[in-house]
Amino acid sequence: MSRGRDAATLMAVGLIGLAVAFSLPHLVEVFVLVELTAYIVFAMLALSLALVWGYAGILCFGQSIFFGIGGYAYTLGVMNIGESTLPVALGIALPMLFAAVLGYFLFYGRVSDIYLGVITLCVSLIAYNLINSLSGTEYKIGSVPIGGHNGIPGVPVVNMPGDSSRTFGFEEVFTLSLILLVAVYIGLRALLASQFGKVVVAIRENELRAELLGYDARAYKLVVFVIGAAIAGLAGVLFVNWGSFIGPTVFSIFFSAQIIIWIMVGGLGTLAGAIAGAVFIQWLSTWLGTNKIIDPNIVLGVIFIVLVLLVPKGLQPMLVERFKRRRRSETRSDTRSETNSRLGVP
Amino acid sequence: MSKPPILRTEQVCKRFGGVNAVDGIDFSVAEGELRCIIGPNGAGKSTFFKMLSGQLQPTAGRILFREVDITREERHRIARRGVAIKTQVPNVFDGLSAFENLRIAAARRLDSRGAAELARDILARVEMTAHADRAVGELAHGQRQWIEIGMLLAVDPALVLLDEPTAGMTKEEVARAAAMIRALANQRAVIVVEHDMKFVRMVDANVTVFHQGRILVEGPTDTVLRDTRVRDVYLGKAAH
Repeated sequence: MSRGRDAATLMAVGLIGLAVAFSLPHLVEVFVLVELTAYIVFAMLALSLALVWGYAGILCFGQSIFFGIGGYAYTLGVMNIGESTLPVALGIALPMLFAAVLGYFLFYGRVSDIYLGVITLCVSLIAYNLINSLSGTEYKIGSVPIGGHNGIPGVPVVNMPGDSSRTFGFEEVFTLSLILLVAVYIGLRALLASQFGKVVVAIRENELRAELLGYDARAYKLVVFVIGAAIAGLAGVLFVNWGSFIGPTVFSIFFSAQIIIWIMVGGLGTLAGAIAGAVFIQWLSTWLGTNKIIDPNIVLGVIFIVLVLLVPKGLQPMLVERFKRRRRSETRSDTRSETNSRLGVP
Repeated sequence: MSKPPILRTEQVCKRFGGVNAVDGIDFSVAEGELRCIIGPNGAGKSTFFKMLSGQLQPTAGRILFREVDITREERHRIARRGVAIKTQVPNVFDGLSAFENLRIAAARRLDSRGAAELARDILARVEMTAHADRAVGELAHGQRQWIEIGMLLAVDPALVLLDEPTAGMTKEEVARAAAMIRALANQRAVIVVEHDMKFVRMVDANVTVFHQGRILVEGPTDTVLRDTRVRDVYLGKAAH
C-alpha cells in the first residue's frame, strides 16, 4: 500500500531533480548556480551523517574526515594524473577504506557510543593537525605538494570520462552535483526501505535484542559506516570541484560540528530534513556574512539553542506532525473505519 | 531421561570482582524438556541465563549446545544455533510497531512475505492484533512481555530461555502464559526462571533450585517444593 506510493514519490523526486538539473543552467545566472552547487555539496555531506547517525544511531563526530579524505584524494589524484575519472573513484574509495579500518576497530571492539564520538572527533583533529603541518615543499604526493595550512589551490575540475580536454564548466558541475544528490537520496531511501535498512533501524532501537535474534550488529553498523563514508567522500570530491580548492579546515572541529547542527536543525532520523537543515543553515550564514549585520556565529548559536529547546525533534518532523494532525482531525472517522477493516473488525 | 541433552554446562562459574555470582554449575536439559529454575534474589539465575545466551562470558567452565562448545561464541551466533532468550527487563524495539518487532524477528530466517505472514499469525496467537500498529514503547509492561515472547516464537528456536516471563502480567495472563509455555515445550526445550510459585505449580515441570550460585536441589515440582531446604532458603533460614 504505502510502498507503491513511496516508489511514486521517489520517481517524482527523481524526475523533478533531473528537470531542474538540466533546465536551471539556462534560466539563472552563473553565480546563482555556483551558490546552489555549494548547498548541494553540503546537503550531500548532511545525508551521509543523516544515515550514519539518524538511522544507525552512530554519533560520528568526525564525518568530515571522510569528506576531507575524499577531497584530498581527488585533488592529489587529478593533479598527478591530469584526468579525473580515476581520482573521482579514489575520492570515494579511499574514505570507504579508511572507514572500514576505523569502523572495524570501533564496532568489533564494541566501543560504546560516547567513546565512539570522542574517537572520531580525535581522528579528525589528528588529520587536521597532520595536514596543517605538512606545508614544506618537501611534503609531496607524486609531484603535488600537500600545501599544509595553505591548502591546494587551482585544482582542475572534472572532465568527461576519458577526455581530459573536455572539462566541466560551472553549469555542468551544478548539473552533475544535483543529479548525484538526487541519486544518493533515492538510493538511501531504497536502502532504508529494504530488509537491510530495517534491521539497521532495529539495531539502533535495541542492539542487544537484534543480536539475541541472530543479527550481527557489528557487521551492519560497519556496512552503514562505510556507505556513509562513501557519500561523504563524494561530497568532498564535489566540494573541490565547486571551489577548485581544498585546505585542512575541512578536518576542523568547526566543520564537523556544523554537520551535526544541520541534522539537528532539520530533524534526526530524516533524510529530507538533513538536506533542508544544511541548506537553511548555510544560506543563513552566507546571508548574515554578506550583510554584516551581526556575527553569523552568534546568530547560528542562538538559533541552535532555540531549536534544541523548542523543536528538539527538528524542523521536518515538526512540520510532518503538524500536517498529520490537521489531516487526522479532518478525516478522523475515515481512518478509524480503515483501521478496523484492516484488522478484520466489521 | 533417555533423550540426549540439548544444553549442558560443566562447572560454569562467573565472578564479579570478589563475588561468585555463579559458582560451579553442572546443569543439563534434554531435547524438548521443560524446566523451571527458581531461587531467591541473587542466586545467580539471571547471570546463568546471560552466560547461556552469550551476553556474559563465564570465568570458568564450559557450555555445550548439542555437544558443541559455545562458551566463547558471540551472542548472535548462539542465537543462530537456535537459542532464544526473553530477558528479565523486556528487550524490544521500542520505537517500532508491534508488527514490525515480530516481522524483524521472523525476517532473520524467512523471506519478506513469509515474515509478514508469520508476524501477523503470531500477533493473533499472543492476542496483540489490536495493537499491531502501535509503537511497542507505548504498550504496558505485560503487553511488551507478550511481544517479546512473540519474537521468540518468530525465530523458531530449539531452546527457549525465559527470564521471569510473567512479570507485569495479570492473573489471567499468567495462566495464559503458563499454557503457552507448556505448548511451546512440545516442540522445543524451554527453561523458565520464575519467582511466582503459582506459575511454577501451573507449569508443573522439573525444577532446579539455585542458591548462592550453586544448585541446591533438582527434581519434579512437588518433591522440590516440599523439600525443607528449599523452604528454608525461601524463608531466609539458610545458614550463611
